[in-house]
Amino acid sequence: MATTLTEHAPHADAHHHELSFVRKYIFSEDHKIIGIQFLFMSLFFLLVGGLLAAIMRWQLAYPTDAANPLPGGGLFPETMVNNGIILPEFYNSAVTMHGTIMIFFAIMPLLVGVFANYLIPLQIGAPDMAFPKLNMASFWTAFPAGLIMLAGFFVEGGHSSAGWTQYAPLSADPEWTGVYAGQRLWLISMIILGFASLMGAVNYITTVINMRAPGMTWFRIPLPTWALFITAILILLAIPVLTGALIMLLFDQTIGTTFFASATGGEPLLWQHMFWFFGHPEVYILILPGMGFVSEIIAAGSRKPIFGYAAMVLAIIAIAFIGWLVWGHHMFQSGMNPMLGMSFMVTTMIIAVPSAIKVFNWLGTMWRGDLHFHTPMLHAVAFVAMFVIGGLSGVFVASTPVDIFLHDTYFVVAHIHYVLFGGSLFAIFGAITFWYPKMFGRMMNSTLGKIHFWLTLIFFNLVFFPMHNLGIAGMMRRIYDFTQYEYLAPFQGLQLFISWSAFVLIGAQFIFAFNFLYSLFRGEKAPQNPWHANSLEWTAAPSPPPHGNFAHTPTVYRGPYEYSHPDTPGDYWPQNEPGPAAPAPEPVYAE
Amino acid sequence: MTTHAAALDRGGMDATEVGMGVYNMKLGMWVFLLSEVMFFTSLIGSYIILRSAHPDMFAQPGEVLAVNLTAFNTFLLICSSVTMVLAFAAIERGDQAKLKAWLIATALIGMSFLGVQVYEYIQLSSHGFVPSVEGYSAAGAPLYGSTFYTMTGFHGFHVFVGVLALWYLVIQAFRGKYTVANHGAVEITGLYWHFVDLVWIILFTIVYLI
Amino acid sequence: MGWLPEAASTFADSIDGIFYLILAITGVIFVGVEAVLLWFAVKYRHREGRKAYHTHGNIRVEVVWTALPAVLVVLIGVLSIRPWLHIRSPDSIPPEAYAVDMTAKQFEWNASYVGPDGAMGTDDDVTQRNQLHIPVGRPVVVMLRSEDVIHSFFLPEFRVKQDAVPGMETAVWFQATRTGEFNLACAELCGTGHTRMGGRVIVYSADDFDAWLLAEGAGPPLGARLASSTDQP
Repeated sequence: MATTLTEHAPHADAHHHELSFVRKYIFSEDHKIIGIQFLFMSLFFLLVGGLLAAIMRWQLAYPTDAANPLPGGGLFPETMVNNGIILPEFYNSAVTMHGTIMIFFAIMPLLVGVFANYLIPLQIGAPDMAFPKLNMASFWTAFPAGLIMLAGFFVEGGHSSAGWTQYAPLSADPEWTGVYAGQRLWLISMIILGFASLMGAVNYITTVINMRAPGMTWFRIPLPTWALFITAILILLAIPVLTGALIMLLFDQTIGTTFFASATGGEPLLWQHMFWFFGHPEVYILILPGMGFVSEIIAAGSRKPIFGYAAMVLAIIAIAFIGWLVWGHHMFQSGMNPMLGMSFMVTTMIIAVPSAIKVFNWLGTMWRGDLHFHTPMLHAVAFVAMFVIGGLSGVFVASTPVDIFLHDTYFVVAHIHYVLFGGSLFAIFGAITFWYPKMFGRMMNSTLGKIHFWLTLIFFNLVFFPMHNLGIAGMMRRIYDFTQYEYLAPFQGLQLFISWSAFVLIGAQFIFAFNFLYSLFRGEKAPQNPWHANSLEWTAAPSPPPHGNFAHTPTVYRGPYEYSHPDTPGDYWPQNEPGPAAPAPEPVYAE
Repeated sequence: MTTHAAALDRGGMDATEVGMGVYNMKLGMWVFLLSEVMFFTSLIGSYIILRSAHPDMFAQPGEVLAVNLTAFNTFLLICSSVTMVLAFAAIERGDQAKLKAWLIATALIGMSFLGVQVYEYIQLSSHGFVPSVEGYSAAGAPLYGSTFYTMTGFHGFHVFVGVLALWYLVIQAFRGKYTVANHGAVEITGLYWHFVDLVWIILFTIVYLI
Repeated sequence: MGWLPEAASTFADSIDGIFYLILAITGVIFVGVEAVLLWFAVKYRHREGRKAYHTHGNIRVEVVWTALPAVLVVLIGVLSIRPWLHIRSPDSIPPEAYAVDMTAKQFEWNASYVGPDGAMGTDDDVTQRNQLHIPVGRPVVVMLRSEDVIHSFFLPEFRVKQDAVPGMETAVWFQATRTGEFNLACAELCGTGHTRMGGRVIVYSADDFDAWLLAEGAGPPLGARLASSTDQP
């Protein structure tokens, strides 16, 4: 029972010596600081990934058009950009590195490195993670991995250029790409990053299982933590398989093994199986946390319980479980046995169902709610709208015969960006805006937030919706100069339109960056609970929380979604409030 | 009376009401070992797939590899698991002397295992059984060398890390850091060590005997 | 513009058919869901005195919106099986299909036709770069190989795509339904020259194809003994 627990010792500041700046902010063991470290690191890589996209889009707007040299092209060495013309070698690198950096150094750390670290202990009522030192090690392993990945741009031969999917043999033998050191740096960086992810996963799983506050039963855990917990299990089990594959590829590259070289008995398809066995759970790693954040924000923004909490939890678990059984759908055209292809089609069709359940439950949450469209809510609702498109486009490629045509076309590019940008990134923007006051004790500017949101939503759709059409017309992916194909040359106008929309889209992100940085210093001071939410980070800890998070270990009496409950005045009921909550003052940030 | 959070935190072994009744370090080690299962499965699974696809590129048991020597090595590793259990049992009843002795024994046997493996590697490569395509002249084909060295090499690396951990435990034991109430590090190192032993038994069977 | 290329093979009917079915189903769902979303956003937006309706959900409605998507996706899946196996299964390659060897390499396609001796892989085979010449109304089977890395044999108008994997020989068959010139593209990133691995597919009438074979010094004429121009599904 709660009464036997005493004050949490580490928070007794009296005999807690003052930490040096370095131990407090650089080599910190505090999960909140580590989460914020990941935040700065990943936002930087998001920028790098965006710049790489801009380079790609310039090439696609002006394929070998000397009259439109790449702005800033002179900054690049001649082996990459020659007289303003982006060379195919560099284009292929940009394609590869855009994918790699966005997935592994931007989105994944933004979802997991930031929010698993920041939110989990707070939401379950724990003073910190189970293994604070391991947590520190996790960031300081990811950071050098990032540096190594960046280094690849500066070596002779350029960076890896075999696609983020690194299909062998193209990726296994430098002879095929002309990339030597860059490929090795890519592999080493990814292996090291994998360790960072694993360290995090062990921490998150142990913490959620073992360190919940009294009364925090499994079905009272807020959905972000549920989603992050399940995601951590996916990371734990999937990353080692990638690591095995990366090691085999690195050995083929460096010590002359022959895992993927067919001439000496290797199997190129083995790479694909191993990569996608990891790769498919990976894409669920990239979406589940976002789904958790969106659930939280929509419930709080609607002043209503999440519709079907148990169903939402089960759907997360179902997606995670079935996600292990669909990897072959990336390989329908690989030469794989068609019967095997068929079984993968069946599992792939099935996995659409739990995602659909979640979409309907979000709608159900909004139904008859009291909807406050603050910036986080805008992003969360947009997530639902965009994710639906991404999910539905997935149905096309899930059908094996239709995939014959659509595989490796821009249709797939549209699909992945609707789920990763329209989905995950919108969730991330919403989550950052939502939890910013808790992290930094200040509010982000609401006007700038809304301008950024609308520009992003509009231009995102202008960029990626037409890509469905490009794919349906048969335009292939990763093509440096589509005008070489008579049937594709007519799309130059559309590519130009997409590119300029993309430049505006990328430009609009600087509004977010400015808002983020400016508000750190000049943002309105945030109260403890600006959104009038119920979970412990809002109700039991100040903004920002001190080391140790809670003055007293909270006790939890109910689930996190008791908004507008008839038994309590006001429209929210904190999880740690024993009786009916006192009437709440007018919400300040809720328009 | 310590808080439940603090009790979970240190090497303290008090079980709790929440969670799985297992203290943090132990739960963490089990979780980590799950990831290791996936890692070794990816390597061993690849071996099985490659061998099924190209059986002619691999050799029969004993044709290239020294089964007897490695069988002895396997026996050594199993003995080291026994000594590890004895070390853990010793500290469970507070026997510091036996703890140190059995830990040292485990570390030494682990190092012997590695020594034999290094010797084996040297022997094999001098007979043309190498991981690379270039220089391969043993029976079977280079794919055999690629898979063999990768699997056993990474297992050996895990043993090496285990040996380092064991020596760390020895040093800590000599400093009197472990008590009846507080010896989580010994238990979780034991878990890791048994796991590494189990992986070897599977590897030995699949790679040397089949 | 921005739509399916005009079909040129017997596969297009089934593939395009399923495509349109999925488009119809997902289109309805898309419009429906987004409309409901917008409607809720407007109807339930915060106004003075508004109170949300406290509910944790409804099991019956959960069952409905689990079962309905499940039925739809299973339907799409089931309808996809037959066309898939018809296109991909080695057993469904017609025995009378005209065989062409196609070897992909960085950065070109090399098509080989049997020479007058009627046997593939002999010295009198005729090999040409970046072009595929085939007869209309007759099944053709392309034996796909790669010399170096993975390429992908993509004929958009024929709805044909198959990866060419080094170390594997993959048979991909199809039947052209009209004569003319069509596109061949590589659909798997294969290096810096991936962008220029394009080619032409030229489809001839039966007589013209025999004439072409003769002109190129390639194999025995196929004659008028053609399969019907519509494929048996």
